[in-house]
Amino acid sequence: MRLLALFLFFCSAAFAQVPFERIVHADKEPGNWLTYSRDLQGHRFSPLAEINSQNVSHLKVKWALQFPEPRTEVSPIVIDGILYVTGPNSAAAVDGRSGSTLWTWKRAIPSDYQSIGFGHTNRGPAVLDNKLFVATLDGYLVALDLKSGIERWSSKVLDYKTGYSMTMAPLAIDGKVIVGVSGGEAGIRGFIDAYDAKTGQQAWRFWTIPGPGEPGHETWSGDAWKTGGGATWVTGAYDPELKLVYWGVGNPGPDWNGDVRPGDNLYTCSFVALDAATGKLRWYFQFSPHDTHDWDATHVPMLFDASIGGKNRKLIAVANRNAFYYVLDRATGEFLAGKPYAKQTWAAGLDPKGRPIPAGDSDPSKEGNLIWPNANGATVWFSPSYDPQTGLVYVATREIGARYFKRDTPYRPGTIFPGGGENELPADDAWGVIKALQAETGDLRWEFKLQSPPWAGVLSTAGGLVFSGSDEGNFYALDARTGKPLWDFQTGGAIGANPVSFLIDGHQCIAIAADRVLYVFGL
Amino acid sequence: MRAFTTLFAILLAASTPGAFPPAQASASSQPDVASGKRIFEGHCALCHGLDGGGGRGPSLRRPKLGHAADDEALKSLIENGIAPEMPPAWFLSKEEIANAAAYVRSLGNVPQEILPGDPARGKNIYSRSSCSSCHILDGEGSGFGPDLTDVGARRGSAHLRQTLQNPAKTIPENFLLVEAITSSGQTIRGIRLNEDTFSIQFKDQQGRFYSFRKSELRDLKKLRGETPMPSFGSMFSPAELDDLIHFLASQRGKP
Repeated sequence: MRLLALFLFFCSAAFAQVPFERIVHADKEPGNWLTYSRDLQGHRFSPLAEINSQNVSHLKVKWALQFPEPRTEVSPIVIDGILYVTGPNSAAAVDGRSGSTLWTWKRAIPSDYQSIGFGHTNRGPAVLDNKLFVATLDGYLVALDLKSGIERWSSKVLDYKTGYSMTMAPLAIDGKVIVGVSGGEAGIRGFIDAYDAKTGQQAWRFWTIPGPGEPGHETWSGDAWKTGGGATWVTGAYDPELKLVYWGVGNPGPDWNGDVRPGDNLYTCSFVALDAATGKLRWYFQFSPHDTHDWDATHVPMLFDASIGGKNRKLIAVANRNAFYYVLDRATGEFLAGKPYAKQTWAAGLDPKGRPIPAGDSDPSKEGNLIWPNANGATVWFSPSYDPQTGLVYVATREIGARYFKRDTPYRPGTIFPGGGENELPADDAWGVIKALQAETGDLRWEFKLQSPPWAGVLSTAGGLVFSGSDEGNFYALDARTGKPLWDFQTGGAIGANPVSFLIDGHQCIAIAADRVLYVFGL
Repeated sequence: MRAFTTLFAILLAASTPGAFPPAQASASSQPDVASGKRIFEGHCALCHGLDGGGGRGPSLRRPKLGHAADDEALKSLIENGIAPEMPPAWFLSKEEIANAAAYVRSLGNVPQEILPGDPARGKNIYSRSSCSSCHILDGEGSGFGPDLTDVGARRGSAHLRQTLQNPAKTIPENFLLVEAITSSGQTIRGIRLNEDTFSIQFKDQQGRFYSFRKSELRDLKKLRGETPMPSFGSMFSPAELDDLIHFLASQRGKP
């Protein structure tokens, strides 16, 4: 009987299809995690409440899965009891009850492939209908059969030989799969691509560095746009009503020497809102014009509605790498609010349109210029969380400065193109903080100090909890309303991933990757 | 765990102690360290920091680097990278790689200096001054303070002199004296071995290990700028200090 139940479980649940309607209505099935941030709005919030502030201290490991590669950054997809995970050029389906592998897929990494400015990593898959989508380091978007892991199609997105790569989880929307590229330290020209989910045919491309004759090209000079960077290496968000794709754009190239690229360097360090059907730019907002600190705006955007000035607004918010928190109108890109959420010394504030007001000379120099935050920023690629129950945004924050240097770097295709570098302050002069910000204003509500600047994202849950990880291996839970620590577990490996939550056999689980191990916790 | 903070597990290559400039380089093919510095800043500093002190990748300011046993291994490592984290420098010529390797080597190896004093007399001073009650040198002594076996490769004579005269001015990075007050009121001092957000581990001068949840402690003080090492400036004559510094500077590690 038990065997029959298991058989039926696998047949009926494990291999169900995931039409777009299921992803749009993610809140109707809180036991699943169907897209990178669980919902298309980038919230990384779970409506599950079985694990709560009263019982979280009883949380324990249910099972663990070892990956072949170190420093796993994966955020799993979970469909009806099955976890779908990725590594560099690899994917697997894993039984949520036992941690046993159901299928694996691997694509060989070419011998001449090189990661320029980052490690071999992959942050997760996407799912739509009966396919799992994986972006590979060597530049392919691959669609796998959900049931078997067998390849349905693959499309070449880019040529890795000039420094392009892909590390992010794709974003599946209605009939399309959206991907972004890595390579911001290699002098690439960034883009965002959409592919037909059924066929793998390219639907559109948006170049993040406008070419000659295109609006925004005037913010570059000479040929600087050709090596202008603007990578798009973190998964975006989608508004199914406005039918807009929101995506963060990375730093201009070369990173630390802006002398060779005078101007604002659009659309680097910006959010862009793209028409989902055509890829046409609807609006943009640039956080760090003419950036010289490597402050990519490659963050998961958070979409929510709130009252501002007595008027209900459709909002998009981000805690930016440049240490400012921003709230914009997501229909128009209008700047509504912004303020620092971490130590910063480069701007005196924001003007009424949200443009930074310089605080003296913050440019990298030959001798070195001490500026907060450092090049990894006040937060980086890992996810924040928006909690609709508290109205708070939780941000894993890095309080660290660096001495920035400017150097000459000739461009050479397929090599690093930095134009300088930084010396970070010593470890004991840096720390981390989980900050709870009022979502529509950025006002600080509480904070919880960490031993060192973190590399892990945040999950909030309807159980009134905030989960995140530390670089020293702690996975922990805080009270979502006060920040009080309620539970922690030493995983034994640095945590540089995003937590997720889901149901297995009707009971809530929390998963996090720590170095090369995926842990699943439950009561 | 601090070692795990890096996104990139990179260069840890190793030097032959005292092999700067590289012993096998002939006079006509001496590597150009200044050129190597420019190459390093252009291609390596993104991860290793502009001064080689680390960042996304590990610090290279150490005499022994774990991924290469000698200079040839270091050059090979720069040329071929360390998959999957460190990209190969396929675009550099052999000469440029040699220059970059020489610069990397220079980061963690203090050049040999011509020093006053007698290292044999310095050894006697070291032996009779209870240094070994806190330090291990060449396998002998107590491991409370930093290992001195390769201190001459890591520290120049000026640094050694300042440490002996005013040790609080030259406390090594990540060396931290802490003072914990337990819930029962006991005060314990020791050297921090590890610390995370929720716990701390340290050892006292007798070598006893302690591990506490921070929430268990009544107080935890980080005694930054403090060291258990006394000043030896007034305990030795200038000549004795020269002897001791010469002895310590000659400690360049085991092969």
